[in-house]
Amino acid sequence: MKALAFDAIATAVQARFPAVLVQKADNGQMALRVPKASIVDVAHFLRTDAQLAFDGLSDLTAFDTLKYPSTPPQDDICVVYVLFSYTHRHKVLLKVHAERAACDVPTVSGEWPAALYFEREVWDLFGVRFVGHPSLRRIMTPDDWEGHPLRKDYLYPATYNGVAHLRDGQHFEAAPPRSGGPL
Amino acid sequence: MTLDASTPNGERMTLNMGPHHPATHGVLRIVVESDGEVVATCTPDHGYLHRSIEKIGECVEWPMFVPYTDRVDYVCAMNANLAYCVAAEKLLQTDPAATFTVPRRAECIRVLVAELNRISSHLVAVGAMAMDVGAYTPFLHGIAQREGVNDIFEKLCGQRLTYNYVTIGGVAFDLYDGAIDDIRRFLDQFEREMVRFNKLVTTNTIFRDRCAGVATVSAKEAVAWGLVGPNLRGSGVDFDVRRDEPYCVYGELGVQVPVGQAFAGRKGQVGDAYDRYVVRLLEIQESIRLCREVLKLLPPSAEKPNDPIGGIQADVGKLLKKPGKGEIHVRTEAPRGEMGYFLVSDGTKSLFRVRCRTGSFTAAGIFHHVMRGIFLADVVAVIGSFDVVVPEIDR
Repeated sequence: MKALAFDAIATAVQARFPAVLVQKADNGQMALRVPKASIVDVAHFLRTDAQLAFDGLSDLTAFDTLKYPSTPPQDDICVVYVLFSYTHRHKVLLKVHAERAACDVPTVSGEWPAALYFEREVWDLFGVRFVGHPSLRRIMTPDDWEGHPLRKDYLYPATYNGVAHLRDGQHFEAAPPRSGGPL
Repeated sequence: MTLDASTPNGERMTLNMGPHHPATHGVLRIVVESDGEVVATCTPDHGYLHRSIEKIGECVEWPMFVPYTDRVDYVCAMNANLAYCVAAEKLLQTDPAATFTVPRRAECIRVLVAELNRISSHLVAVGAMAMDVGAYTPFLHGIAQREGVNDIFEKLCGQRLTYNYVTIGGVAFDLYDGAIDDIRRFLDQFEREMVRFNKLVTTNTIFRDRCAGVATVSAKEAVAWGLVGPNLRGSGVDFDVRRDEPYCVYGELGVQVPVGQAFAGRKGQVGDAYDRYVVRLLEIQESIRLCREVLKLLPPSAEKPNDPIGGIQADVGKLLKKPGKGEIHVRTEAPRGEMGYFLVSDGTKSLFRVRCRTGSFTAAGIFHHVMRGIFLADVVAVIGSFDVVVPEIDR
C-alpha cells in the first residue's frame, strides 16, 4: 500500500497521455482534465496500473458551467469522476467537458460497473449521453419527462400530463404564469 | 402476476413488487422476471421519492440547505446533517480569509449524536432485515430501543426524526442539563438489551441458515460496484472513512472496523447477507464504545454561550454572506456508508452545485446483478440485507 500525492498521480498519467491537463479550481482544488475521446483509455490505465490501481469509482457526477463566473465564460457540462483506490488509499478527481449541444461522453461502465447507475443519473439530470451505456434510461424523473432539470438553462414546465405545477398565487420569475420558465 | 406470452409455454413469469410493497423500505418498485421460483432478471424502478433535493440546494442559501439534508436520509438525519456541514466547512476553509475552527465541544457533540443516530439507524436495519425474512418480533425490539435515542434527541433539539441540529460551524444547541446521565443510562440499558437481541436473532439457527450464503458479494465485486459502508465491509474490505479519513474528533478515538469473515460458519461465505447483518451489529457495539469514549473527551460548556439561542458556533456568518469561489469533494461515514458531498461555490450566498452521493444509491445499483439466479423468496432478504433507504436513493 503506497498512497500517492496528486502531483505523482498527474505525472504518471501525463507520461502516458500528454493531452491530459492539470486543472486547478478557484480555491486550489486539483483535478485532471481529460479529453472526452480518451476518457475510457485513461480510466482503464488508472484502474489497471499497479502504482495507481484506482479500483473504486467513488462518485460520478456533473455540473453545468453556464453562469459560473469564470473568465472566459463557459457553457460546457463538466462531468466529474471521483476515483478512489482501496489498494493504495489515494483519491483523484477527473473532469471531462462535454459541449452543451452535442453532449455525449463515452461510458466508463466497462471499467467500473458502479458507473451504470451514476451515468443514468447524470443523463437524467444533465442530459449527458453516455455512449456505449447498455441501458441509458431516466432514473429520477418519469420516463416521459422533458428536459434535464439540473442544467442552468432549464425551464420549468408549466404542467405535467395536465397537472399544473404552480399553486394559485405562485409565479415563475420571468415568464407569465402558465408558460413555464426559470423559477 | 401475469404469464408472459412471448416465451415458449409461458414459462417466464413477471412479478411486480411495489411501489408500495411493505418489504421495500419506502417507495421502491422492482420488476422481477422469474423462471419458476428462480429470478431470471430484476429491474428496479426508482424515482417515486425524488424531491430534487440537489436542485433545491442551488436555490437556497448555504445554511438553509441543512433541513433538506435531514430528508436525504431520515433514518440517520444527524449523520446527513453532519455530512453536509463538514463538507461546507471544508469548502469555506479553503478560502484564505477563513480563520474559524469549529469549537471542540461542538465537534465532540457531533460525534456523540452521530454515533447515537448510527445505533438507531442500524437497529432499524437489522430489525427490518429480520422482519423481511419472516421474524416480526425483533423489529419491535429494535424500534423500542430506538425510542431511547429518539427521546434523547427530542430533549436535545425538539425533534424525533428530522433534527436540523448540526449547523455549519457547530451545533444548534448545547447539551441540556442531565444529557450525559441520560446517554450513559441509555447505553448501559441498551448494552444489556443487545445481549437479549443477539440471543433472539443473531445466534438463532433458523435466521442464520436463512441468511447464510444468500446474495454473496465478493470483495472485488463490492469495490467495483461502488458498495460502501457496512455492505462493503461485509464483503471483507477493511475501509471506514471515520478511521481512514478522519473528521471531527474521530482521529482521537481509534475507531475499530469490523469486517465480514463468513460469520455463518460452514454454510456461509464472506460477503453474504449474514455477514452484512453481523457487521452492522458489531458496528452498534463499536458505536456504544465510541459514545463512551467521546464523553470522556467532552470539554465543559463555555461560561457564556456565544450564540443567541444557546448553540455552540464558530463565527461563519460573514463568510457565508460572501464565500469564496471554488469546489470540494468531502466524504463522511453515514450508517449506510460513505456520504460524499461535491460542492461548487460561485461566490454567492447560495451554492452553485450540491451533489450528494449516498450509500443506498450504489447498493440499489447492484440489485440486478446479485439477484440473478436467486430464489424469489430471497429478493426481500437481499433488499433488507443491503439496508437501502429509498429516499436516499431518489433524493
